[in-house]
Amino acid sequence: MTAIPDTSTASVFIAPPTRSRVRRWLADTRTIIGLGFLAVVLLIVAFGPLLAPHSITEFLAPPFSPPSAEFLLGTDYMGQDVLSRTLNGGWTVVWMSATSATLGVAVGAVLGMLAGYSRGFLDEVIMRLSDVALALPTMVLTLLFVAMLGRSLPLIVLLIGLAHAPSVARVVRGVTVDVAGREFVESAQAIGAGRLRILLRQILPNVTGPIMVEYGLRTVWSVVAIASLSVIGQGVAPPQADWGLMVNENRVGITVQPWGVIAPLLLIAMFAVAMNLLAEGVDRALQVGREGGNQ
Amino acid sequence: MNATPQAAVAKTETTAAAGDARSMTGPTTLTAQRSSLWSRYGWILGRLASGVLTLFLVSIIIFAATMLLPGDIARIILGRDATQASIEALTIELGLDQPLIVQYLDWLRGAVTLDFGNSLVSRAVVTDAMLPRLLNTLGLVGMVSLVSIPLALAIGVSGAIRADRHWDRFVNGASIVIAALPEFVIGLLLTILLATGLMRVLPAVVIVPPGASPFSAPLTLVLPVATLVIVSLPYLIRQTRASLIDTLTSEYITMAELKGLPERIIVIRHALRNSLIPSIHASALTVAFMIGGTIIIEYLFNFPGMGLALIEAVATRDLPVIQFIVMIFAAGYVILNLIADILTVFVTPKLRTR
Repeated sequence: MTAIPDTSTASVFIAPPTRSRVRRWLADTRTIIGLGFLAVVLLIVAFGPLLAPHSITEFLAPPFSPPSAEFLLGTDYMGQDVLSRTLNGGWTVVWMSATSATLGVAVGAVLGMLAGYSRGFLDEVIMRLSDVALALPTMVLTLLFVAMLGRSLPLIVLLIGLAHAPSVARVVRGVTVDVAGREFVESAQAIGAGRLRILLRQILPNVTGPIMVEYGLRTVWSVVAIASLSVIGQGVAPPQADWGLMVNENRVGITVQPWGVIAPLLLIAMFAVAMNLLAEGVDRALQVGREGGNQ
Repeated sequence: MNATPQAAVAKTETTAAAGDARSMTGPTTLTAQRSSLWSRYGWILGRLASGVLTLFLVSIIIFAATMLLPGDIARIILGRDATQASIEALTIELGLDQPLIVQYLDWLRGAVTLDFGNSLVSRAVVTDAMLPRLLNTLGLVGMVSLVSIPLALAIGVSGAIRADRHWDRFVNGASIVIAALPEFVIGLLLTILLATGLMRVLPAVVIVPPGASPFSAPLTLVLPVATLVIVSLPYLIRQTRASLIDTLTSEYITMAELKGLPERIIVIRHALRNSLIPSIHASALTVAFMIGGTIIIEYLFNFPGMGLALIEAVATRDLPVIQFIVMIFAAGYVILNLIADILTVFVTPKLRTR
């Protein structure tokens, strides 16, 4: 790309998340569904291990036994209790996706604000990196490094987080360029405010909305990547209980005992869909009142 | 069509559709300013150079990743029982005693000439061994694109024309849900629905004898193709819908309405032409994302393509195969974008008529 088109700012409405916008966000049915799904997932992560009726690593019944009074969701490929493993299996995907999204958004937002306010060299670097990030899908990049360095959860979190950063930077940069041209920034410059002060006091409050949307979307993509890695056997390692890993382990028995797949599958789906609904809702709440409106 | 307002072409909608591409912007803002024949080709050359630069950066990342491999590559290749002498011989043969920059340039020269060496596992020449895999994946992606791109365009247009009615709301809601779902969730739900339990109408995995083409058993392809179609729909639907709605609210459409033209004519003759231009890029990105999505889908349905080969190679640490596949995936993205750029330049009326 020879020049940097500013069209990314065209449809991002810049506004701080005021109280009325938060209320509008909460009034949206889709937000409520998202919060409900998220609550179910987080409650399972928090209290599931306490409620689990059986050990997660013990051979209890023949593999792929159908649901029974004792094993409500049946048993898995090793004769372990599916319900207990499901109740224990959420923590890994939740902490990993939340951490990598936080990392990606933090790095990306800082780079994007600096690039959008100062322009110049950093601009070019971000555009290049986001081209590379698109050319190397997160899964491919992660598999490349996991192949070399071995399977490691912190490594996966770091890679997925860094893979997000350029795209986040590109979005935040676009909004920052727009904010930086406004009168209140010019007047801050006129009274001699320093760059850091302007970035923190003038720019940051006005880009928090888009950053929140990005945070939700990046969490969705982290969940997808992290769960997918476990599903193909390159993420969480057995005998740990993890939703993605459970899908991997119990897939062979899908015709006789589908619950070993369905239970973790639905929870992963609920988590990802919840975050997407919440992010979409924030985006809509920010866009209401914008010229042209949100169709 | 000379009077086409630039805004309708240049606007790239960034709805909050979950997707890495939401920050992507079409090239039309650039093309709008340069319209002589020369600069049209010049601009495409610039995009080509940019694509080559992207691939160059990708090659550095791949090489750097390989350098991170703990331990001695020669020892890994030869296995645990190798003698010290044979390890030293291989180290020299592979040039591993050379400075890093020399090693990189050697490797890059190989990559450019499609010589990635031999598989560490099967000993076969990587490019030869991977060619059938590549063709299988291309076939799969091609079949999916033929279904999903027209389907997504049709749904997107139908949503935009009747924006905010029931159908449009349903499509929007479904898009938000599907866009968030990992490929394996959709693939496995379809499997559970159609290949297990009551409705065993389809085989759950692709089962073909080794060496046979998966396309010789069409029924086994239904699930992988259907999954990829569903996964790839939301992004393109949303881009198409947003772009058409943008166009329909622009001044020249209002003008056409004031002239009393029937809505059908306005949409087909005036709005669609402009609004579909950004969809060219969105389609290219859709196909590019699909390439990433094939990794999981091929694994789930045991489809012998590049994605499955990558997973197998990662499990066995087959470096040359990994390097080849990652490079091909990146090249696929660059080539698709270039095709989209060229198409965009040639169908943009402003550029065609001067």
